[in-house]
Amino acid sequence: MFQNTDVPKSERITRLVENLYREMPRIESARAVLLTESYRQTEGQPIVIRRAKAFSHILDHLPITIREEELIVGSTTLAPRSCQTYPEFSYEWLEAEFDTVEHRSADPFSISEEVKKELLEVNRYWKGKTTSELATSYMAPEAIRSIEHNIFTPGNYFYNGVGHVTVQYDKVLRIGFEGIIDEARTELETCRFGDADYARKTRFLQAVIISCEAAIRYAQRYMVLAKEQADRCSDPVRKEELLQIARNCGRVPQKGAQSFYEACQSFWFVQQLMQIESSGHSISPGRFDQYMYPYYKKDLDEGRLTGEFAQELIDCIWVKLNDLNKCRDAVSAEGFAGYSLFQNLIVGGQNTEGVDVTNDLSFMCIQASHHVFLPQPSLSIRVWNGSPHELLLKAAGLTRTGIGLPAYYNDEVIIPSLMNRGLTLEDARDYAIIGCVEPQKAGKTEGWHDAAFFNMCRPLELVFSNGYDRGEKVSIQTGQVEEMTTFEEFYQAYKDQMKYQISLLVNADNAIDTAHAQLCPNPFQSCMIEDCIHRGKSVQEGGAVYNFTGPQGFGIANMADSLYAVKKLVFEEKKLTLAQYKHALELNYGKGFDATSAADMTITAARQMAAEGRPLTEEQIGQMITAIMAAEPTAEEKQFCDRLLSWIDEVPKFGNDIPEVDAFARDVAYTYTRPMQEFRNPRGGQFQAGLYPVSANVPLGAQTGATPDGRLAHTPVADGVSPSAGKDTHGPTAAANSVSRLDHSIASNGTLFNQKFHPSALSGYEGLNNFVNLIRTYFDQKGSHMQFNVVDRETLLDAQKHPENYAHLVVRVAGYSALFTTLSRSLQDDIIRRTEQGF
Amino acid sequence: MKEYLQTKGRIFDIQRYSIHDGNGIRTIVFLKGCVLRCRWCCNPESQEYQIQTMMVKGRPKVIGEDVTVAEVMETVEKDRNYYYRSGGGLTLSGGESLCQPQFSRDLLRAAKENGISTAMESMACADYSAIEEILPYLDQYLMDIKHMDSAKHKEFTGRGNELMLANARRVAASGRTELSIRIPVIPGFNDTEREIAAIAGFAKELRNVRRLHLLPYHRLGQDKYEGLNRPYLMGDVLPPTMEKMKVLLGTAQRVSGLECRIGG
Repeated sequence: MFQNTDVPKSERITRLVENLYREMPRIESARAVLLTESYRQTEGQPIVIRRAKAFSHILDHLPITIREEELIVGSTTLAPRSCQTYPEFSYEWLEAEFDTVEHRSADPFSISEEVKKELLEVNRYWKGKTTSELATSYMAPEAIRSIEHNIFTPGNYFYNGVGHVTVQYDKVLRIGFEGIIDEARTELETCRFGDADYARKTRFLQAVIISCEAAIRYAQRYMVLAKEQADRCSDPVRKEELLQIARNCGRVPQKGAQSFYEACQSFWFVQQLMQIESSGHSISPGRFDQYMYPYYKKDLDEGRLTGEFAQELIDCIWVKLNDLNKCRDAVSAEGFAGYSLFQNLIVGGQNTEGVDVTNDLSFMCIQASHHVFLPQPSLSIRVWNGSPHELLLKAAGLTRTGIGLPAYYNDEVIIPSLMNRGLTLEDARDYAIIGCVEPQKAGKTEGWHDAAFFNMCRPLELVFSNGYDRGEKVSIQTGQVEEMTTFEEFYQAYKDQMKYQISLLVNADNAIDTAHAQLCPNPFQSCMIEDCIHRGKSVQEGGAVYNFTGPQGFGIANMADSLYAVKKLVFEEKKLTLAQYKHALELNYGKGFDATSAADMTITAARQMAAEGRPLTEEQIGQMITAIMAAEPTAEEKQFCDRLLSWIDEVPKFGNDIPEVDAFARDVAYTYTRPMQEFRNPRGGQFQAGLYPVSANVPLGAQTGATPDGRLAHTPVADGVSPSAGKDTHGPTAAANSVSRLDHSIASNGTLFNQKFHPSALSGYEGLNNFVNLIRTYFDQKGSHMQFNVVDRETLLDAQKHPENYAHLVVRVAGYSALFTTLSRSLQDDIIRRTEQGF
Repeated sequence: MKEYLQTKGRIFDIQRYSIHDGNGIRTIVFLKGCVLRCRWCCNPESQEYQIQTMMVKGRPKVIGEDVTVAEVMETVEKDRNYYYRSGGGLTLSGGESLCQPQFSRDLLRAAKENGISTAMESMACADYSAIEEILPYLDQYLMDIKHMDSAKHKEFTGRGNELMLANARRVAASGRTELSIRIPVIPGFNDTEREIAAIAGFAKELRNVRRLHLLPYHRLGQDKYEGLNRPYLMGDVLPPTMEKMKVLLGTAQRVSGLECRIGG
């Protein structure tokens, strides 16, 4: 029997959440200032030592605070939900957005004049020293050009640290940083003067020791602060709480945790400090219910802990996870909208021996998301045939609230797919999820999971343009489509374009990877990843046991529908020629041109004219844009386009449970997943494809012209492996059957299938039970991941009109939860447009 | 191919992932044609047996298609795995399925013979011999009972209730299928405690009833009347409130002693 009944929410949690959301988050400068101070003093020293010293300097001087009524302490910023900056990765974008970041539509932050001034001063130091600049210098010019032309974007790690990892929380809970320092010292003693790796290994181990000592001192600063506050506190209850906090911080994370409460505090310091060391997001707690359970069980058995207090502590951690924040550049903010840090926490599933290890904490984690009702952590559930049904019912009960949590993962697909990538059976069974949907073995992996967005629609545009974009040659030439006589020839051209662009993506990712290893090794993070200490190198240099790079492709549904339409209409039914199709796409199906199209066409023309020695003046360019936007297709063109659109409409679409179309989609997905796995990264690992878009399907769709599936220029592309919005017309089971026919195992960096439900589809016990069985059946058919939006259209429309009334409205946007009102308007519209399903 | 798989019938829709009409996850096949003309009907396009044209979002749509049992089963079988997991299966609805007794029987038979569980939503408004032929292939009978007063029944649906009540008794007495009684709760027609109690009392008398459902009136069919160029007679009627439904649920429980539910 599990603890699956509802535990009441303590009033403290309500107040903690209110305080968290009282103000707009701010940008603070303390970290950047301290980092730069340290770097200025350590020039010429080994980079890993410089990193450790900077980390240490930051932890010794970063202003600290204990927020009102907190039980778990440790805040990266003074103001709630605020962020520090990380100039060692990039800073120009932030300076450029100083005056707009407060008013932008996606994820605004306030920034004071004083902070701007301080950041401007320290940022000067970083000119020419950032990972983004070094990475650019390593990239092939062809790769840079493809990035400029929006065929793919590796922006995530180009601008930021990597994050995307789950470390050995269990180890810190067990032996504390003192224990890890001992491990490093022991390893240091084995280093001999004549060892080839003496220089690298000894400096790395010293850096680990410096970093761990810094973490211990940081906790002690909180001990002192808690004591001071206790001394001044007149409320005896709060006074005792503060004294307990002081005792906790005096012990952990220096030493192993002796109680569940200490374990919670120790966990939190690890989670928080990793984000101070590097700016990466998706630093994921992983299997929290597993590594915390021994402490919970022992305290409970010995009568030192009540279920209610344990729940309150978990709830407090949930609140803290929402206190961490990150400011991204305006474009990335659209792609990752919703202030999300993607701290994925997963419960349930099997242990290394294949036994289900769901426990009370698995249920209490779901309960915590009910209580806190915020987007973090990104809660996930592992599902397999042996999962207790009541766990899934409890999870479905959370889904029903509309919070967009949890996401459901299928052990039976993920375990073999990880083994196919070289993980041992035991390690594969112990997987956790990183960020959105990416599986890894915690504490042993540097997965580089979110390595790039690859827009699968763009190579098809390159087929039609024979390798040109905006008048510039950006790819290989696969021939004039007008001259292609078979579908095979056309499809081969697409595959060739894909292959070539994938190789450029790999080039860009590997350049960034190399830059991170050289400029930003993270000794603190590395000491909690096997086998860094023994190998004597950071995860950035290949210290982890498993190394991957996982760039995600998206637009599967659009490409499946597009290629299928071309095959049917041009080559089988011979209703039109490829040349006519090309012309219709250029005309945006006669639906007019927006400013982006007009600008693209003008640039193309201007380049041609310039090449012919007749450059255009600025005035002529302006006139041309205006003329294009005002241009109307001829009546004949318009009529033809309308006819074509109705033909396309009649071609069967992916997502409707039509085996032939679905098999075709499966093959189209292979054009991305198969070439990808042929490549290696500098850490000695393999590339593995993912098929998920986060929320980038909207902004990246805005960079994509009309596609042969009838999609108009610059509208969103399909979300993850889900069918194109509105094209799946046979309900959730049909869509799920179609999606399950893709090969999810080869996309071992994760796939994302999003479904939207009205709450009435989940009403009552039967509703929940049917919903759970929908998930189970999708998983029986080898689907990998499923997540849900449960909202009604009216609610969303009203939330657009009155955002102030919906500050807490959470929706799941492709791979994570976000506050609906913080999303940009176009993304809100996309969510509303998705097919209503289920009744 | 087995002969009964070639039986033809007229349907107007197949809806997958239906979860409010029978156990588990189900596929509903909607048969065209009905003996009644209930004013509140949310599927007015189901009433005529003739193939019709209805305007949907400004576009004409042909309603009604003649298909064989085998063709329908092709779609029904697609969700086999969901039925297996959830205890769901095929549900016939309409219209009144019994208006096409042979087609209904053969569809249900095809499902049963392929290991798919079956249900039928119907008013039992047909000759009992037609029902009797279906019973061997029917796991769940979701039977509508709208009113105990035959005159009022006739006023609102076009027919008296005698035949249906008699059939209900015979189906219950046969013990050959799991019988649930479904009451559409229609304001101004049967939404008083007295009227609900009368139906609940009848259900109790039947003895063999598994469950009683109160289905609150809704207006989701309103656009279709416009699409068929027919007046919607329930225009101003508001759906019953949740409070009201709970009161009626209490009454139904008290009188029938059965498991009672709001919704399907």
